[in-house]
Amino acid sequence: MRVELAKKMRIDEAKAYVAEKLGVEVSELNDVSVMREVRNDLNIGEPNARPENAFGLIAKARIAKLLDIKIPSVEKFRGMIDAEF
Amino acid sequence: MAEEKKYFTRYGDGYSTYMTKDEIKKDVERGVEDAASRGKIDPLTEAEKSYIVDIITMPAKMASVEPGKEVVLSSDEGTLKASVRCGVSIDRTTAVAVEERILCMDSAELAHIDYSYKPIKPIIFDEVCAMQHAELNSIIPLFYGAMPNLGLYTKPDGPYDNWAELLPAGKVAEAREAQEKAAEQAAKDIVSVADHMVEAGADALNMDTVGASGDADALAAFTAMKEIHRKYPDFPVEMGMAGEFFLGMHGKLTFEGEQLAGMYPHEQVKIAEKAGATIFGPTINTNSSETFAWNLARTCTFIKACSEESTIPIHPNVGMGVCSMCLTDSVPLDAASRADKAIVEIGRADGL
Repeated sequence: MRVELAKKMRIDEAKAYVAEKLGVEVSELNDVSVMREVRNDLNIGEPNARPENAFGLIAKARIAKLLDIKIPSVEKFRGMIDAEF
Repeated sequence: MAEEKKYFTRYGDGYSTYMTKDEIKKDVERGVEDAASRGKIDPLTEAEKSYIVDIITMPAKMASVEPGKEVVLSSDEGTLKASVRCGVSIDRTTAVAVEERILCMDSAELAHIDYSYKPIKPIIFDEVCAMQHAELNSIIPLFYGAMPNLGLYTKPDGPYDNWAELLPAGKVAEAREAQEKAAEQAAKDIVSVADHMVEAGADALNMDTVGASGDADALAAFTAMKEIHRKYPDFPVEMGMAGEFFLGMHGKLTFEGEQLAGMYPHEQVKIAEKAGATIFGPTINTNSSETFAWNLARTCTFIKACSEESTIPIHPNVGMGVCSMCLTDSVPLDAASRADKAIVEIGRADGL
C-alpha cells in the first residue's frame, strides 16, 4: 500500500519492489511467520506490542528509509523537529 | 431421474436461494452481456465466465485468492465504523490503532461523522489535531476521507437553489446554473481541507462517493483533484466512485474535454489519471433483484475493462450494495469472499 501511494505502482510491481527492498521473495510477503521475523529484524513494527519494538512514527520513518519512499507524515514531523531520523 | 444438483447462493439483497449449475451459467452469461452492452466494453472470455461459475459453486463456505494474488485493502469512513456504526465508545484515533493492531488492516482512514468536505471546514483545526495524534501513533498509511456531497450546497443547507426541485419544474437552465455554482464551491472546499491535511501530515486523502449527486458532483471532485495535484504533486489521493456511471443531472458538464454524464469506470479512470489521482476506486451497482451470479459476472466485466485501461492502482469498492456485495448491512461472507476472489483474479484489481 505504501508503494502504491508513493509511486502509483500497481500491485504486482509494488510487491516486487517491496520484496526486493526487504530481501524476501514476493511469495513471503504474505507469510506471517516470515514477515514477523523480518519486521522484527528490521525493527519496523508489528501488531504485537513488544518493549523494544519501534512503533508509530518511529516505525514509519524506518519504513520510509528502507523502501526509499517519501511518507507525508514522516516528512511533516521531520520538519517539525528539524532533525534527521 | 435424479434431480439436478442445486448450489447454495444468494440474490443481490442477500437472501439465499438454490440454483443448478446451468441456471448459474445462464445468469453469468446475462450479467456479462449486460455490462458489455451498457459499457460498450469487451465481454469476459469463456474461461473467465467458467471460472466465475467455479467460484460460485465451490464447496467451501469461504473463498480466497490463490497464493501470490493477495492485494491490499483501503477503506472508506474507516474510523467511524467502530465508534459510530457499531456504537463502540472509543475515540477515532483509538479506532485507528484497533484497525492497525487488532484487525491488521493495510491502511486506515480518519473521518468526521458528517463525512462530507463542506461541514468539515468549520472544524478543520480539530481534525488537523486528531490527524497529527493519529499519525504519531500509527504505522499503516492513514487517509483523511470525506465526500464531495454536492447536495449539501442546496437550500436550506447551502446557498444555491435545489436542482432536484428546479428540474421537475422545467427550470433546466436554472438547475444547471445552480449545479455549476455548487460544483465550483465544493471544489474549493475540498482543496481547502486538503491544504490543512497536508499541513497535518496526513499520509493521503480519500475523495469518496464521487458522483453521488451526478455529473456536477464528479466535476467538483476532479477539479479539486487537479488543483490538489498541482499544489502538492507528491500528496497521494484515492478517488472512490459512488456508482457505475455519472448521472447526467446537469448533462453538459465536461472535464478535460470529456463529457462526464454517462461515463463508466473504464472512462472514469482515465479522467482520474489526468486529474492526478493516485488510486482509483471503481464502483458497480448491485441489483438486489438479480442473483449473485448475475451481479458478480457483471461486476467482473466492468472491473476488468477498467483495470485494463488504468495505469494507476485500482481498488474496487466492495462495500455493502456495490461490486456484487449484497445490499444488506451485514454482508454474508460466503458471497463477499467469492466476490473478492473474482474481482481480484478476473477483474485484476490492485486492492479492494
